[in-house]
Amino acid sequence: MATIELKQVEKKFADSFAVQPLDLTIHDGEFIVLLGPSGCGKTTTLRMISGLEAVTTGNIYLDGRDVTWAHPSDRDIAFVFQFFALYSHMSARQNIAFPLQAQRESRDQIARKVAEVAKMLKIEHLLDQKPGSLSGGDQQRVALARALVRRPAAFLMDEPLGALDAEFRESMRAEIKQLHIRQEATTVYVTHDQIEAMAMGDRIVIMSKAVVQQVGTPADVYHNPANLFVARFIGSPGMNLIEGKYVDGRVTLPGGSAFTLPNEYNAALSAALNDSDGKIILGFRPEAVRMNGDGDISARVYADDLHGGYTMLHFELDDGVIVHGRAGRDANYPIGTQLKFGIDPAMVRFFHPVSERAIFANGAGV
Amino acid sequence: MAATTSNTPGYYVNYSTRVDKVGLRPRIANTVRALIAVIIAFIMLIPVIWMGMTAFKSRPDAVSVPPTVFFQPTIEGFVFLLTARRQLTNDELATYSERTDLNFADQLALGRGQVIIGQSDFLPQLTNSLIISSVSTFFSVAFGVLAAYAFSRFRVPGKDDLLFFILSQRMLPAVVVTIPIFLMYKELGLHDTHFGLILLYTSFNLSFSVWLLKGFIDEIPREYEEAALVDGYTRLQAFRKVVLPQAVTGIAATTVFALIFSWNEYAFALMLTSDAARTAPPSIPVRLGTGGIEWASIAAGSLAFLIPVVIVTFALRKHLLRGVTFGAIRKG
Repeated sequence: MATIELKQVEKKFADSFAVQPLDLTIHDGEFIVLLGPSGCGKTTTLRMISGLEAVTTGNIYLDGRDVTWAHPSDRDIAFVFQFFALYSHMSARQNIAFPLQAQRESRDQIARKVAEVAKMLKIEHLLDQKPGSLSGGDQQRVALARALVRRPAAFLMDEPLGALDAEFRESMRAEIKQLHIRQEATTVYVTHDQIEAMAMGDRIVIMSKAVVQQVGTPADVYHNPANLFVARFIGSPGMNLIEGKYVDGRVTLPGGSAFTLPNEYNAALSAALNDSDGKIILGFRPEAVRMNGDGDISARVYADDLHGGYTMLHFELDDGVIVHGRAGRDANYPIGTQLKFGIDPAMVRFFHPVSERAIFANGAGV
Repeated sequence: MAATTSNTPGYYVNYSTRVDKVGLRPRIANTVRALIAVIIAFIMLIPVIWMGMTAFKSRPDAVSVPPTVFFQPTIEGFVFLLTARRQLTNDELATYSERTDLNFADQLALGRGQVIIGQSDFLPQLTNSLIISSVSTFFSVAFGVLAAYAFSRFRVPGKDDLLFFILSQRMLPAVVVTIPIFLMYKELGLHDTHFGLILLYTSFNLSFSVWLLKGFIDEIPREYEEAALVDGYTRLQAFRKVVLPQAVTGIAATTVFALIFSWNEYAFALMLTSDAARTAPPSIPVRLGTGGIEWASIAAGSLAFLIPVVIVTFALRKHLLRGVTFGAIRKG
């Protein structure tokens, strides 16, 4: 297995950046997810690692070996495509054996390895069928088998579940995760689905507009987003973001509600906000909302969705901003109810309104 | 099928083909449709059928007015097509008729007062046609698929201009350039050579085959080759093992078109060949017997001329009918 290192890797198409200079080290056996909206450069990054796309500048190292200009076939990596890329003129068995034939392995060995990997993915009974007659999930299993059979140094997966129906997606997600745990193979996984990224990644690389926004564990990017983009992109719904005015340890929200901050934040906040005229953006997850009645923020219930295990309440603040709060499943707040809610101070994050960056790199900084 | 309809396991669309399940009304509709198709096909085929009938007619039947539909079939036309004959004088005729070692063909000729003096040049001409059209078809498809692949996949400088230039080869009516080409071929020693016609037909077909094949290769998803590339194959191996099998339908269609063109080509064959490399098309219509045109012989020649193209088209029909790449790649 292998480590993958990207050093100042960038890609330009004509004059525009597809990927701005990017540094990333992927550790041996790690499951890295490249996450971002479409067109953010995540697939281009993956294709540069595979060698299918040439870098404009920068270097790529596989296990310390510079492979920047190596042919894809010399990199010992496997690629799983969104639309499977199975050869329709070959049976599943021939598809899986295809990479082994490139390495000129003996017939017996090929047969043995195909049987092994087919058993692992539970597709033994499908081996003699053509891809066209398989379901989407089974096609992707065959594609995974074709990637696994060679025991490559690293797996690159480009939205492998994107073409599957929702019901399949979840079970395949677990299967891929399980495979990764058993194989301990370095995996780079591209997706635009943040739920998938949170569920699968050891670390997540969040990209937007050709720039890496944040690299971190799922918990990290969820609780401590580096900027407003990450705060909005991760979580469903995303982080609540409301603009307030910071004066002497109190944040006044539009509409007049005020929110008192613990003392220890003050020094750093005043320093950070001296160029923004006291404006500050508060961010908090729906689960940071406290509904015990003694909060400072007044709001009106705007809508509520029962999710089974919990209720997602949508509040409208006095100036029309919508805030999401998570309440118990038996919460009963009819639409239109006026109420006050509080926010768990330990779960509040602060963002600079101009730079949009988090003011404290590591959570609240306490 | 499953890939385009649903990914759910066990989800199959089964359109029953059992006749007893289909209602009476659709069955009548189907019958009517089939009947109409047969009638149209018959109308289209009348010239071919007429040609086939003429090939088996005797000379009086072939030229009779009104035309005969029912007649005594004879293979006179074929015999005359394949033989060279000489008219006998009356003296010769008398002695010749008494010989007892005459075979069937000799007797047919004798009926016209002729003696067979050898083979006609129809078979060698048919052979020329076969050689020239198959070799030129092979090269125009082989070069075509390589060029089409490059145009489809690589950033070729001036790609659009080149493609237009290739297409423009077909914009001029071929007849316009016959004289210049005739003079050039005379100078270059290509006149009346197989190589000359092969060269000409290949270049004529190439523009067509590049465009046709490019369309087919554009349809093949790049991921196919990319998967092969990361799996350890070179570009050329990926082309051979992945792209070619996927392009079979397009290659088959292009082959048939190129073959039909070079097989049927008349004007250049007439201008650029005389004996050695003369193909069948310019020679079939000029079969003059003594005292008139041998219609039966011409029809027999045309009939024989149809057969190779029919065989090839028939052999490739599966590929011609089958849709391009169904199944493995799902466009989301």
